Amino acid sequence: MKQLKSFIKKEFYHIFRDPRTMLILFGIPIAQLLIFGTVIKSEIKDVHIAIFDQAKDETTMQITNKLLSSGYFILDENLSNTAGIEDIFRKGKVKEVVVFENNFEEKLTREGTAAVQLIADASDPNMARLVTSYTTGIINDYIRKLNPNLQIPLQIEPQVRMYFNEEMKSAYLFVPGTMALILMLISAMMTSISITREKELGTMEILLVSPLRPSQIIIGKVLPYLMLSVINAFVIVLIGHFVFGVPVTGSFILLMLETILFILMALCLGILISTVAKSQMVAMFISMVALMLPTIILSGFIFPIENMPKVLQLLSHIMPARWFIAIIRGIMLKGTGLLFVWKETLILVGMTLIFIAVSVKKFKIRLE
Amino acid sequence: MENDKIITVQNLVKKFGSFTANDNLTFDVYRGEIFGFLGANGAGKTTALRILCGLSSPTSGEVKVAGFDIYRETEKIKKNIGYMSQKFSLYEDLTVSENIQFYAGIYGISPKKRKEKEALLLQKLEMTGARHKLIAGLPLGWKQKLAFSVAVFHDPKIVFLDEPTGGVDPVTRRKFWDLIYEVASNGITVFVTTHYMDEAEYCDRVSIMDAGKIEALDSPANLKKTYNAKNMDEVFIQIAR
Repeated sequence: MKQLKSFIKKEFYHIFRDPRTMLILFGIPIAQLLIFGTVIKSEIKDVHIAIFDQAKDETTMQITNKLLSSGYFILDENLSNTAGIEDIFRKGKVKEVVVFENNFEEKLTREGTAAVQLIADASDPNMARLVTSYTTGIINDYIRKLNPNLQIPLQIEPQVRMYFNEEMKSAYLFVPGTMALILMLISAMMTSISITREKELGTMEILLVSPLRPSQIIIGKVLPYLMLSVINAFVIVLIGHFVFGVPVTGSFILLMLETILFILMALCLGILISTVAKSQMVAMFISMVALMLPTIILSGFIFPIENMPKVLQLLSHIMPARWFIAIIRGIMLKGTGLLFVWKETLILVGMTLIFIAVSVKKFKIRLE
Repeated sequence: MENDKIITVQNLVKKFGSFTANDNLTFDVYRGEIFGFLGANGAGKTTALRILCGLSSPTSGEVKVAGFDIYRETEKIKKNIGYMSQKFSLYEDLTVSENIQFYAGIYGISPKKRKEKEALLLQKLEMTGARHKLIAGLPLGWKQKLAFSVAVFHDPKIVFLDEPTGGVDPVTRRKFWDLIYEVASNGITVFVTTHYMDEAEYCDRVSIMDAGKIEALDSPANLKKTYNAKNMDEVFIQIAR
């Protein structure tokens, strides 16, 4: 026990005295969270549009006002013909042009139908889809309010509600994802680097010749990073809550326990990497390439797993982050308890045990 | 007690695939002696040393270190040996005192005893003023002396030195050997690998390895007589040719 204590003390000296380590541990997570938070957006704000109003009657004016007062759109210019539309898009600022047909109000009242044309710049398809659907939503809303008694025969009107995220905030998507990504990267990378550094410096031989057992060396390496990563996770949840408004609906203790489990898994993965990597550079490269990209792409962090080709869906099963993201989304957003995430938890426990077993074994092999 | 065997090696073989690094080594090391393990680079001396330290396991053969079997009693061996490699192996980002604390800690030396020994040691090395300096800022000679002192801080029965004087100037090397003599006079057996032939003269007995085999094993004086040579350099050249 005393042996382990001096080992852990030494590890903390290494961590606190190396500015790079401190930066990776505490600077990068916060920067990454803030960057992801402000960059990944599935809602729109202040999109520049142009309007070509051929009718210029009361209804079209009101619709225009509705659009502009929504906060989603800014009117860039009023057009007087359709000829300039392509040029406007080429300039790049305007993302959508709204065209009202002639005699809009008259047609609407007399024939019960009038045409609005939405022309979007689809060089960015996601943006185009978002902008047109927001516009459609506002126009439909207006028409419905204008004439609540409007009874179009056999009309089906879907009532949409977004459970667990009524406002469709993208922060709800990226905070759990970023948490998984950061914890995975930092935990795995830091342990693998710190072990390979001892190999490079030759101090690992000293440790192996000493009465320290391999398990003690592993625990001594893992424990400091476990403590720091838990602090990290805590900070991420706090930032998520107070900066981006992501709630923790479920049990906070369960959330932290699951997080500790995930960190532990990542740390063991780091040890496994260090048994393969010969140098710090290789360890860092493996952690970055082998962990970061698959975690971003295949974990359901950004791209829904259900939409992937079958092969990638299968592959996503071995991504630990996939299960962790499912767990924390459940706890944070849906308020689910262990009863609903036990399967994912069990998978993470299994992965951790496998990594521990293989690392301890590999560590011993190196002794021989 | 003088002729007590502290290391016994019988028919030690170590193979890496089809390459035989140690080919049927048999030798004994006596308690309290300075045992030189010589050979050109790649002769297999480091491999043998790593086996004796428990860093590597032999392919076959019987090895006992400090009276314990290398296969079954590794943990007991580890408590009784010290080890220093050519890399000196101190933590550069820790201070002198912190390095001593760490090594004392992993060998289970109580803080009280450690403080006493640490003060004495630093006084002896004339490093008391540098105790709170980071290792990274120390001259190479100091690092080397400190690394050696740390390797024997827990009073092991045997200390293994793997080319401890690599890349160090002759004067510093000579001073380092003074430290080795001092440790040996305290009854600690010193097992040292080197390829500096002048250092071989300082040993009580030397073994000379070539291509995985021990070609000669005797005191430097006897070896010179046997090979009719002026110095160890000539002995070595005759054997390694």
